[in-house]
Amino acid sequence: MGLFEKLKASLSKTSAFLREGIDRALRPGAIGPESFEEIEALLIQVDVGVKAAGEIVEEVKERLKREKIQDPGRLVSLIEEKVAAILSTTSKPLRVSDSPPTVYLLVGVNGSGKTTTAAKLAYRWTSQGKTAIAAACDTFRAAAAEQLEVWSRRVGMEIIKHQEGSDPAAVAFDAAHAALARRKDLLVVDTAGRLHTKKNLMEELRKVVRVIAREIPGAPHEILLVIDGTTGQNGLIQARVFTEAVGVTGVVLTKLDGSAKGGIAVAIAGELGLPIKLVGVGEGLDDLKDFDPAGFAKALFAGDRSDQV
Amino acid sequence: MPFEGLTQKLSDIFKKLRGKGKLTEADVDAALREVRLSLLEADVNYKVVKEFISNIRQRAVGEEVLSSLTPAQQVIKIVYEELAAIMGKDVRRLDLTGSPPAVILLLGLQGSGKTTTAGKIALLLKKQGKHVMCVSCDVWRPAAQRQLEIVAQKAGAGFFTLGGDSKAEDIARAGIAQARRQGYDVVILDTAGRLQIDEDMMEEARRIASVSEPQEKILVVDAMTGQEACKVAQVFDEKVGISGIILTKVDSDARGGAALSVVKVTGKPILFASTGEKIEDFEVFHPDRMASRILGMGDVLTLIEKAQEAIDEEKAREFERKLRKNQFTLDDFLEQMRDMRKMGSIGDILRMIPGFSRAKLDIDVDPKDWTRVEAIIQSMTKEERRRPEIIDGSRKKRIAKGSGTSVQDVNRLLKKFSEARKMMSRLSSMDKAGKFPF
Ligand SMILES: Nc1nc2c(ncn2[C@@H]2O[C@H](COP(=O)(O)OP(=O)(O)O)[C@@H](O)[C@H]2O)c(=O)[nH]1
Ligand SMILES: [Mg+2]
Repeated sequence: MGLFEKLKASLSKTSAFLREGIDRALRPGAIGPESFEEIEALLIQVDVGVKAAGEIVEEVKERLKREKIQDPGRLVSLIEEKVAAILSTTSKPLRVSDSPPTVYLLVGVNGSGKTTTAAKLAYRWTSQGKTAIAAACDTFRAAAAEQLEVWSRRVGMEIIKHQEGSDPAAVAFDAAHAALARRKDLLVVDTAGRLHTKKNLMEELRKVVRVIAREIPGAPHEILLVIDGTTGQNGLIQARVFTEAVGVTGVVLTKLDGSAKGGIAVAIAGELGLPIKLVGVGEGLDDLKDFDPAGFAKALFAGDRSDQV
Repeated sequence: MPFEGLTQKLSDIFKKLRGKGKLTEADVDAALREVRLSLLEADVNYKVVKEFISNIRQRAVGEEVLSSLTPAQQVIKIVYEELAAIMGKDVRRLDLTGSPPAVILLLGLQGSGKTTTAGKIALLLKKQGKHVMCVSCDVWRPAAQRQLEIVAQKAGAGFFTLGGDSKAEDIARAGIAQARRQGYDVVILDTAGRLQIDEDMMEEARRIASVSEPQEKILVVDAMTGQEACKVAQVFDEKVGISGIILTKVDSDARGGAALSVVKVTGKPILFASTGEKIEDFEVFHPDRMASRILGMGDVLTLIEKAQEAIDEEKAREFERKLRKNQFTLDDFLEQMRDMRKMGSIGDILRMIPGFSRAKLDIDVDPKDWTRVEAIIQSMTKEERRRPEIIDGSRKKRIAKGSGTSVQDVNRLLKKFSEARKMMSRLSSMDKAGKFPF
């Protein structure tokens, strides 16, 4: 069997390969260099990244030495503990304003799941009898406002939208005023997808934030960066640049109902200290969960997603 | 800068080995560790990297270092060749043969960019004089049909969908039938984003494919995708069968290793790269450029290859020496111009060097002006060619007269030359600072 065939075969055993890796790492006998290599490989294969993976393994190695641990069975749980620790140091619940409206702003690259997340977030409030209003600040993408409008109907919230091509900051302004005047509990601001490399679009986003902050003191209470769970190492750059530009307060990791594990979150939390706040696990309104560091860490090495949340 | 990364590391490793005739296995391994890291950082799938590195190792250890090349270049060359072998050398076009309408089916994960891509393909084909209809089979995402309708209109293409509770495959069937009746050449089927592990949705995709019998089944892949790209592509290929790939969001700063993974695992080529949000931001895919990007090293390789095949060793060495020592004269400028067809212009060459890729370079002579420039330089004395700074007003007049040109022409040339020289000196100072890769 050629290498290529081998590769195909091993991949087709969907995600079983992670378990295999763990089994290899935990071969009977003492923990050896191969065990660490296997574990590092596993971390890389879930998008944790070479650097973060290396650091995690190094630390666990130290700890094993310090505590004279030789049982290979402990290795994986120590790694999981370490990952969970990285993720929990920054973990914080969503901020809620004492004086309504609470304002959540969603930002991120194209197609990451901002609009869907905006709807899911609002649904958390409206399903508890609170009132919400949406700002359709994606005035760029075709039918973006219509998409949010459909969601708003399902969620039971009002929506403020302008014409395609209009100034998103103007939509934010109107929405802020509507939220205040109509005494809404929550304002969710959906924005157009933008690559962090586009300077003018990042400036446009800054303007939206400025307008909201000016019209509603203390707002936005969360600026949530929505990152697709299948994203690779670019996720770290996205997090860094969006944070520099608008001061991201938390990350939403979406599409974790897929086969991707979202390991880039570990690098983001570890390197930037950004809290991961929510995870998206489907396309329904209920499919938004609070982030659980320990569960996430466990799921990184698990064969399938179901044991995540 | 990621682009300087790998080249720099490799040349550091090999700097110590200069003058050595052969690479030892340990030398190769040290270099390959860097290549491996670079590929992993670029999101190439772990297993693909593993296999790739083992292939390269075999070649690198087995091959002798060409006397004209440094070991760093040698390794880079092998790495690059292997990458290019996977990515494919040639651009494949869309296959729209068969009785019209030809059907293009777009598939992919949620948010990968299918709808936008549908509009881009429509515009492209429209420009080729084709009559195109976009059909939205996305019955799931809110306002997805409306989005495609707007996009199709922007592209000047027709649009079709069915409302209510229609099934995706029924829309496909009806859309194609209508396109046939109305004499469309091409139908583009946009579909809902789906996870490859979602059995029901993959079944839907299979049904759409079976009723529409597409000429092209295209998987749309986000360039920022991580390690899962392999699995996604493999399962879509297994369950629906794909004929090609389109890479989107290539205007991001992602290194795009996913491109390598999906091509490797499916054996299917990437046809286009989507490079922006505007409908015209769409390009034929260039495997070689992507290979350099994944490696994180500009187009250095193209430079090496071009230099290798075009000019003989001596000349190349001489040219490099002059670049480094900043002894570049108007004679060299002239000779370089003559070699241009073979080697690329000075601007081309500089742009291929990391650190210059984005520099504004106004130093190239328009081929139309070659004869004039040649005449001007030939009308100069030897001393003038070596030290152009001595060319004053009266000399300029003489040169202009001798070459049958004007003083402005002479000025223009001297300006270009001084620009070129300035660039060269930047290059040589980079070299001293250890930044120049060779
Ligand atoms: N499977 C899955 N799909 C999601 C999730 N969140 C969003 N999506 C889908 O991803 C696609 C893009 O989402 P959208 O909210 O329009 O992204 P935006 O461009 O960032 O606003 C849509 O098809 C959504 O249904 C999730 O958690 N899981
Ligand atoms: Mg959106």
